[in-house]
Amino acid sequence: MTLLEVRDLHVSFNTADGVVQAVRGVSFDVDAGQTLGIVGESGSGKTVLTQTLLALTPGATVTGSATFEGTDLLDMTEDQMRHVRGERISVIFQDPLTSLHPLYRVGWQVAEMIRAHDKSVSKKEGTERAVELLRRVGIPRAEQRVNDYPHQFSGGMRQRAMIAMALALSPRLIIADEPTTALDATVQAQILDLLLRLQQESGTALIMITHDLGVVADIADEVMVMYAGRAAEKASKRDVFYAPHHPYTKGLLESIPSSSAAGDRLIPIPGQPPSLINLPSGCKFHPRCGYVFDRCLTEEPVLRPVSEDGTHTSACWLPVEAAGLSEKAEELREETVREGRGEAAAAVAEAAAADIPGVAVVGIDGEGAAQ
Amino acid sequence: MSAVPANTGPASTGTEIPESDVLVRVDNVTKHFPVRTSGLIRRTIGQVQAVDDVSLVIPRGKTLGVVGETGSGKSTLARCIAGLIPVTAGRVTFDGRDITNLSRRAMQPVRREVQMIFQDPYSSLNPRRRVGSIIGDPFAIHKTATGAERKRQIQELMERVGLNPEHYNRFPAEFSGGQRQRIGVARALALRPKLIICDEPVSALDVSIQAQVLNLLTDLQQDYGLSYLFIAHDLEVVRHVSDSVAVMYLGRICESGPEGDVYGSPRHPYTAALLSAAPAADPDTAASRQRIILTGDVPSPIDPPSGCRFHPRCPKARPLCGEQEPQLEAKAGDPASHVTACHFPVVAGEDLAAAYRSEVA
Repeated sequence: MTLLEVRDLHVSFNTADGVVQAVRGVSFDVDAGQTLGIVGESGSGKTVLTQTLLALTPGATVTGSATFEGTDLLDMTEDQMRHVRGERISVIFQDPLTSLHPLYRVGWQVAEMIRAHDKSVSKKEGTERAVELLRRVGIPRAEQRVNDYPHQFSGGMRQRAMIAMALALSPRLIIADEPTTALDATVQAQILDLLLRLQQESGTALIMITHDLGVVADIADEVMVMYAGRAAEKASKRDVFYAPHHPYTKGLLESIPSSSAAGDRLIPIPGQPPSLINLPSGCKFHPRCGYVFDRCLTEEPVLRPVSEDGTHTSACWLPVEAAGLSEKAEELREETVREGRGEAAAAVAEAAAADIPGVAVVGIDGEGAAQ
Repeated sequence: MSAVPANTGPASTGTEIPESDVLVRVDNVTKHFPVRTSGLIRRTIGQVQAVDDVSLVIPRGKTLGVVGETGSGKSTLARCIAGLIPVTAGRVTFDGRDITNLSRRAMQPVRREVQMIFQDPYSSLNPRRRVGSIIGDPFAIHKTATGAERKRQIQELMERVGLNPEHYNRFPAEFSGGQRQRIGVARALALRPKLIICDEPVSALDVSIQAQVLNLLTDLQQDYGLSYLFIAHDLEVVRHVSDSVAVMYLGRICESGPEGDVYGSPRHPYTAALLSAAPAADPDTAASRQRIILTGDVPSPIDPPSGCRFHPRCPKARPLCGEQEPQLEAKAGDPASHVTACHFPVVAGEDLAAAYRSEVA
């Protein structure tokens, strides 16, 4: 069952420097009880995308639709939205220290969340439920810790408290925005474990926003890779990791020291992410792409199916069959590039190869060009 | 599996390499910070035992990786080695010279040979100074090059780290995170040091940019024969760059050895837990591995647990662990260079996750 259906969402901000096109036409579905992983680097629009759903981006120009349980979130009045936030959709932010108020006791803050939505709950009941929630997320001696201030909690415990707050009203959807980025590996494992367990218990859907492909490999069902405000690739977790089609996805995988795609030497993506004010023409990734050919410079690709069942979609002009890390796929990609690359694209490719030593740009000896 | 009696001899440094190949030797270094009461009479009421009795060796031209979580003392250790803070006890030898607690003046020539790259490329560069002048600081401080010669050398450095030398007069704000970190690398490289201490050099960067900087560090090491002390909390990054690895927990080294040994067959339960907790960017690996979920948080270094400092969180802890402190020593079947401080080391094929005791279970 589809819980959330986002269609062609555009978000832009007017700034003194120009219009920032943070999200440029994103569509996706989240099913009840499912986990969607949204992966992207800084500035890819992943946070703006989800904050827009909850009207947390004041001043933004928003078009498109986001249907949640039959109503469009983008059409809601502030009053209606207040009943969605926290009650139906809740958010866990990255930094648990700045998300908790330093001057109020943790228990009070959890109870406030409940009392703000249900006025009939007394202070005493609120505190009792806060204790119960803190216990559920694994805070030891919850009945005592409920009276602690945030600074008395460790980073992992603060994030547990945030999760307790997010769970307080049994929402249908939780948006977790980099929930473990500020935490150590062993604590991250605890928190991911907790999220998974709570999700299984309550059937809540989860949108996990992260820059860490490792987190996605762990808990996502579906993955959407974002680049410059758009989905570059959208597929099941296995397809994204084992049969990536978009060169950006492939590049991300090859950049991670631990991934199976990375060899002895990391293959970085050349260049920097583009400015969202002044986007490149055609495919927004083309200035950094090792497979750039002429069509990429002029036409922006949209998501199209690259697998037989149609669940794996990619926004890239490379042939549909050129998915995966196999030699055959690589040959197909190189062949397309040889045929399709004219002077203009060759110049772009040369610039990319010259950016840093060791990048893989088809048709150009990366090492040689850089020296 | 039998209890290994604690070794009462001197702490092994985990290296049997010839003395001439050793660039840095750290012997039993301890760094305590006093905890004082507030008010007029600032009585000392305790010590933060940030680094406690740590010994290690950095060979010439190699990389020693140090991993550990927040509060494990890895950055304090780096600052002790760089001579940025005095050590409480122990000795640091650099290139055959004892540099422990040298005076500022005596330390000056050593500083040329030990440079640092910091974590945050946003706060480690002065936003109001031009990049050329930032990279040229080491030349100015050590009075090695002036005028046109300095500019030429700076531009050479910029080119070497992959920056456009024409951007000499730009401000840090005009560069992206990855480029800023290159500026930091260029500055560290300016005086051709022998050792560069990298304190979380890539953790603030996006993955695609992280790979650029890691490759750059590898290339520079090959070209200039640099030694690195590489500190990071990301185990895979450390594995990628390091020849040997030391795992720290609460101010102590709990395991150290060649990268392949420590990652391939971790003997300390903490190392095993860390490795199992690290997110793997591979769904099959992620699905098949058994996570060892540690309970609780890292205890306070003001009042560390008795015996083995890891015992309150250890799935294998027994009474002995709380009573007697284990020594770093090679365990049965391990090469002499792979040392572990544990009474009951993990054996190959042991299912530690079976001892899974989630506090929320």
